[in-house]
Amino acid sequence: MTEPAAAPPRDESMARPPRNQWWDVWDQFRKHTGALVGATIFAVIVLGAFLGPLVWHADPQVVPTGRDFITLRDTRPIYVALWDEGAKVNWAHPLGTDNLGRDTLARMMSGGQISLLVGFTAMGLSILLGTLIGVLAGFFRPADGPLMRLTDLFLALPLLPLLLVSVLLFREPLANAFGPEGGVFILIVTLVGITSWMQTARIVRGEVLALKEREFVLAARSIGTPARRVVMRHVLPNVLSPIMVSATLGIATAIITESALSFLGFGFPPDFPTWGRLLFDSVDRMQLYPERVIWPGLAISLTVLSVNYIGDGLRDALDPRIRGR
Amino acid sequence: MLTYTYRRLLISIPTLLFISLVIFLLLELAPGDPMAQVPLTVPDEVKQKMREALGLGEPLHVRFGLWLWQFFVIEPLHLIDNLFGTTFAEGQQRVISWQTRSPVMDIVAQRMPQTLWVVGTAYVVAVLIAVPIGVYSAYRQYSLFDQAGTFITMIGFSIPPFFSGVLVIVIFSIQLGWFPSIYDTTHVVNDWDSFVVQLKQMVMPVMVLALQITSQISRYMRASMLDNLGQDYVRTARAKGMREKTVVLVHVLRNSLIPVVTVVALLVPSIFGGAIITEQVFKVNGIGQLLITAIQANDLPMVQTLTFIFAVLIVLFNLIADILYGILDPRIRYD
Repeated sequence: MTEPAAAPPRDESMARPPRNQWWDVWDQFRKHTGALVGATIFAVIVLGAFLGPLVWHADPQVVPTGRDFITLRDTRPIYVALWDEGAKVNWAHPLGTDNLGRDTLARMMSGGQISLLVGFTAMGLSILLGTLIGVLAGFFRPADGPLMRLTDLFLALPLLPLLLVSVLLFREPLANAFGPEGGVFILIVTLVGITSWMQTARIVRGEVLALKEREFVLAARSIGTPARRVVMRHVLPNVLSPIMVSATLGIATAIITESALSFLGFGFPPDFPTWGRLLFDSVDRMQLYPERVIWPGLAISLTVLSVNYIGDGLRDALDPRIRGR
Repeated sequence: MLTYTYRRLLISIPTLLFISLVIFLLLELAPGDPMAQVPLTVPDEVKQKMREALGLGEPLHVRFGLWLWQFFVIEPLHLIDNLFGTTFAEGQQRVISWQTRSPVMDIVAQRMPQTLWVVGTAYVVAVLIAVPIGVYSAYRQYSLFDQAGTFITMIGFSIPPFFSGVLVIVIFSIQLGWFPSIYDTTHVVNDWDSFVVQLKQMVMPVMVLALQITSQISRYMRASMLDNLGQDYVRTARAKGMREKTVVLVHVLRNSLIPVVTVVALLVPSIFGGAIITEQVFKVNGIGQLLITAIQANDLPMVQTLTFIFAVLIVLFNLIADILYGILDPRIRYD
């Protein structure tokens, strides 16, 4: 990847202490305004979803009973009072409540936790698979043909219909084995993971094929390094940057896929709503309560947008040809 | 080129067969019973007979072979019969939906026009918008227009269609009341007024689909224009004293369109996939909606056929993209 640069002047390298390359990456990343803003927004969303419940104590599951049910249900967000005097608002529920009186803000937080967890875990799985297959295909010649045909086959599969079908097939058995929430979580993460590794595998294979011919790999081989260690010590660190970029973008894909499944009614059960499920549940009543579709949708879109910007910035920052310019 | 085309066509046959096998085996695991809706008073042996009538008694490979035979031989024959009034497929068993007990392809043929109308219009609109945007933002790179375009395209592929759809419904249908939120597929266009109604109900689904396609295609267009604008032949053209308009719109644009055309072809199947969601949002009675209801109703022949049609679309358009690339770009030689 890196061109063999001319040796730097000796005095300069002596004068400065050696600098970790990740600081260079960070410096370049900081120059990308969109990426920086994206990273900030993403951090706010993640922190809000995971640490928010420490500040905001409302229970997303509890349904008020008796008279509370009547007084607390269908509360509008407080900002509605700005233009609608008679709106039913309640300062105890800044984003309002749903038709069962559950606090929307708390539900957004718990939904965000599941959505983001699905995003991170599915991305991890898909990167793991993609890297494994890419490295195997690139490094071991006999494996190249079959594995790449497999990748092509997966790329030719109609993924959304197959996802829908498999959710329907495996939801029941998994829910019985791991509980309604855990079962669906495992199911969705696995499905998203095994249907989204193909791009990573292709990119990694290409990089590995190029790296394999480089002198340092030859040198490592010539001193008798076993293939496993050549891959781990010499090849993998050098394909880290494309992997990181596709990992970032993978979070966005996973979150979108999960919410699309939930939106079609094939995702999480209504008791454990993700953002996509919250959106789906509110569509029927969006005429009266548009905020209930707008907030989850906004959360999904903002997360995906910020992640895409981070990916953009990372791609620039990890490219040594752009870095330092 | 022709050899390449033949080879690709031949390769796509085992690919499609394998995909249909994958779909078939996946559906084979389906826990649902097509007799679940039959009243409990029906005795078990009658139910068993009904199952066998649906072809469920046969072993796996026989059923798969039967489906392949029906899909690849009988359905095309039936199509020929319908077109030319012949009787090749007379009396042959077609792929039957478990929900409606009518041939699957008939239902698909009923639903296809709705999907094609919406998806097709969205695609044309999107390409018509995306190309000028891409050209202009590449020509004025880093200008205000380019920056705004980049931001909007980023938003375009970050907002999932199920949110942008809901959002436009809230804005244009609930707040402003301009367009209906539900797409009425029974609407018949026979005069100007009904045509206006049809246009109105198409605006929002088309807008949602087009936003996504536009943002992807305009990115490719911009990148491809940028690649070409720095080429030597552009300098030559300018040095010859050609007008700037000719240089950009004839020389550069023609060359930049080569990769974009293939992307346009490659995106078609994914748009049909995206239409599944958009159809659900706007209640369009198309094949996406058909697929969802079939999955929910456990209608395996329908699901199998529809999923396979999606797979055919993907393989077909990949093939078209590769061949187009070879035809349009003389530097690409596959042989």
